[in-house]
Amino acid sequence: MGENSVKVKMADTSTWRNQESKHPAVVDLDDMEMEIVDKDDSDYETNFSDSRPPQQSQQKSKEGVYLEDMRKRFQDNVTSMMWQAGSQQAKKAWSIYGNIDILRPYFNVEPHEVRSRLMYSLFPQKPTDHRQRVPRELYGPLMVIFTMIALLLLQMKTADHKVEEGTLMGTAFGVCFSYWIGASSFVWFLCYVCNCHMTMLQILSMMGYGLFGHCIVIFLGTIIHTSHDHLFFYILWAVFGGISTLRMVCIVISRTHGQTQRMFIGGAIAALHLLFLLYLHFAYHQVVEDLSQVFDHMPAINHPAPQSLPQTLTETIVEQAVQGNNSVQHIVRS
Amino acid sequence: MADVEFHKQEDLNDVPLEGDITVPGLKTEDDEISTLDEPVRDTILRDVRAVGVKFFHVLYPKQSKALLREWDLWGPLILCTLMAMMLQGDSGDVDSTSDGGPEFAEVFVIYWVGAVVVTMNNKLLGGNISFFQSVCVLGYCVSPLAISLIISRLILLAPEQTTVLFVIRFILVVIAFAWSTFASTAFLSDSQPPGKKVLAVYPIFLFYFIISWLVISHTHS
Repeated sequence: MGENSVKVKMADTSTWRNQESKHPAVVDLDDMEMEIVDKDDSDYETNFSDSRPPQQSQQKSKEGVYLEDMRKRFQDNVTSMMWQAGSQQAKKAWSIYGNIDILRPYFNVEPHEVRSRLMYSLFPQKPTDHRQRVPRELYGPLMVIFTMIALLLLQMKTADHKVEEGTLMGTAFGVCFSYWIGASSFVWFLCYVCNCHMTMLQILSMMGYGLFGHCIVIFLGTIIHTSHDHLFFYILWAVFGGISTLRMVCIVISRTHGQTQRMFIGGAIAALHLLFLLYLHFAYHQVVEDLSQVFDHMPAINHPAPQSLPQTLTETIVEQAVQGNNSVQHIVRS
Repeated sequence: MADVEFHKQEDLNDVPLEGDITVPGLKTEDDEISTLDEPVRDTILRDVRAVGVKFFHVLYPKQSKALLREWDLWGPLILCTLMAMMLQGDSGDVDSTSDGGPEFAEVFVIYWVGAVVVTMNNKLLGGNISFFQSVCVLGYCVSPLAISLIISRLILLAPEQTTVLFVIRFILVVIAFAWSTFASTAFLSDSQPPGKKVLAVYPIFLFYFIISWLVISHTHS
């Protein structure tokens, strides 16, 4: 009996405590009574044999009651746990839905507005004392980024079928979104430091529309192949990348006071934006194509598809150096 | 109230309150047609027929509510797995470093992430459609592209690939792409906010464009 009660107590201490706080008197009495019964058992085992049966039956009924009690409490606990978990999940789902509602105002645009904003992202306006307006809108930027992801996928697919096959989609997604969010956060920090009047949403919108120029360059670079000639790409880079960068720099300058701050923040945006385009072109397009060209011209080196670019690059360089050395020796001998 | 008993104080907590709550006017479950004791074959056939009807609706798109009213994800799952398997590269190639596995994952991810993005965009623009309805429609509307993929795989079986064959494949895929886009916009047009149809259609266009690019650029026989 004593053991049983201890087990019950150990198993379900919290509810017992609750009960104690609710009915302190009753539980105390119970405990006292049990202690007495225990003592009786140990001291007078044989003498009170006649009085055992009624006690035992009482004990059994009490045991049953306790077990039932325990089961019920256990059930209650599990039910409440399940309920809590369920309600937490429901709250989470609800908060996601709520977030959609929070984002909805930024998607409230008309098609012609998006069109004109896309157009004007390629037309820089001369910075004056008057602050240039920046829309707080996310539809256009998001669509521009998804278009860019699609174009990057096409570019990677056309460049070479086998390199980084599995991570094409993930790479495109990761690169585009991390640039958009990362660069915007960095610019936001610079704005905070340089006292530029722009909110995070305005920066996101501006940077997103700025990527429209990149999309055009990538698209043209993908459909018009000029294998070894980078001139075409550089012209596109300078024209489209340049004007979209200039547009953003003008906006920032019109919203910042102080010459140093203007130069600082404008330079940072220009560097980020133009270098990103270079990165996109050379990381996913030209290098792979160059490599495949090199391999086509050197049938002696029958490599499988390049797994890691740096290694194969160095290998080719070494091979070419060896070849060059041989030819030089040949000339010297002759 | 006849069977109410008075218990001792200590036992009062242990007696649960039991009983049934029946409201006279309310319908019980017995009134509905029970599907519990019908053969399994009937159940499966009914579901298969429902999926087949939806495929037919996609291939012959007219303003129909069947796809929206009774959405399911069986069709999209079947189509997605079919396309992913057919687009998978050759594993027998010794030179190839990729075993074709990533292609499966790529198609799978493009399929579902694309559908989710399009649906979210629709919701953000203020469209009144539930999440899974939209995913269902977008998934089923890939079927023209899946058919074009099957045909182009058959064309790729030809011993020699000529420009004419490529042009045939290209035209097929373009037709399937237009068909898919048209069908999905026909189904979703009611739920899209007026005046913003272009904004809602653009991501759909992009989604099917990517999938059709996957189909046309797949050259492993």
